[in-house]
Amino acid sequence: MSLIYPLDGLSAYPKHLSPDYKSTVKRSPTKPLILAPHTLSELTGPVYGHDAIQENDHDLTKQGKGEPLGERIIVHGYVLDEDKRPVPDSLVEIWQANACGRYVHIVDQHPAPLDPNFTGAGRTVTDKNGYYKFITVKPGAYPWGNHYNAWRPNHIHFSVFGHSFLSRLVTQMYFPGDYLFPFDPIFNSVPDPKDRERMISTFDLENTVPDWALCFRFDIVLRGREQTPPDLD
Amino acid sequence: MSVLTPSQTVGPFYAYGLTPKGRAHWDPDGTYSWKETVGSNLVTPDVVGDRIRIEGGIYDGDGEPIPDAMLEIWQADGNGRYSNEPGSRRLPNTAFKGHGRSACDKDGIFQFDTVKPGQVPGPDGKMQAPHIVVAIFARGMLRQVYTRIYFDGEAANATDPVLNLVPAERRSTLLAKKQGDVWRWDVHMQGDKETVFFQV
Repeated sequence: MSLIYPLDGLSAYPKHLSPDYKSTVKRSPTKPLILAPHTLSELTGPVYGHDAIQENDHDLTKQGKGEPLGERIIVHGYVLDEDKRPVPDSLVEIWQANACGRYVHIVDQHPAPLDPNFTGAGRTVTDKNGYYKFITVKPGAYPWGNHYNAWRPNHIHFSVFGHSFLSRLVTQMYFPGDYLFPFDPIFNSVPDPKDRERMISTFDLENTVPDWALCFRFDIVLRGREQTPPDLD
Repeated sequence: MSVLTPSQTVGPFYAYGLTPKGRAHWDPDGTYSWKETVGSNLVTPDVVGDRIRIEGGIYDGDGEPIPDAMLEIWQADGNGRYSNEPGSRRLPNTAFKGHGRSACDKDGIFQFDTVKPGQVPGPDGKMQAPHIVVAIFARGMLRQVYTRIYFDGEAANATDPVLNLVPAERRSTLLAKKQGDVWRWDVHMQGDKETVFFQV
């Protein structure tokens, strides 16, 4: 497949320097980026097949001796390119806080309990239709030190590989209607409010499993499209 | 109008999911229980090329280490073949993936064991100098930065189409330098030694 990677779509990404998110101030480039051609090195990228994952890697509720506490949820969707075509065989990795808003990471020491049955890491590979699915628990909100009384909205971190090294995306999936959105400088680092909406999953009643789990739908659109745009009908 | 899903920071807590082994900084055992999919050792028994180790540190605008940075590299094998490129140049019958991921330790030090890449074609069909493409993720980075590692002393550097886009006085930020058994390559996010980052 021969794709091109126009720069204009990157308008949806945050700027490297976004001063309301204080950690960007010392960690973002200060000199202009140098515009470089897309050579074979940029137009290729790693492919991880199904040998990269093991059974139940996608089910974060089955990694402990018992079930984790919290609201069980299904998170599913499609990985797509800029023409909205599926990206098959794409490695999708996630990590998240537990239902109390605590990560197992040793640096997270905020006073919320760890859950012995929940680590919060999962991975899967998209199928031929670009489809992926995780089963997990809804992550809690948690405090952070960016500013006074700062709390992150509930979110799940996503890491996705696409057709090339330019498609590589790390993002966060949010939940609909979060009351913390107006106060979160990471969510609001995306300049256009319309673009922010694409980071918010939608509640999916149709795929909610009765008596078992709520479902959220999150489609992920990566860089890359055909040289000639497909005919619009 | 963009249709892309916006990028967001990898944050400070990715290690147990993305880099659970090796330099999974700060954990008393040095590792988390999760299985590793993408590691910092790219070498496979069948890979073509000279074995090399790349080591460096990553530093913020105050010159302080960035211990929670994650670097990913993408490269060709010793014969200049990418593992999944289309067409006849496709790397045949080896397990070499060409992709690696390293976390950093408390001092911001990362490390890759790999092979020195061969030359691959540039935009005009002329060969590029041996290089490795790098994407860097960290808390405080809302999107990855892209850069490249070249190798000091390589004759082909003089005519490399990408390196020649860089003002001469900044090119050294992209050059790994041989120090004993390792190729040393540091990343400075800001300052006089600010690494060259590319818009790609």
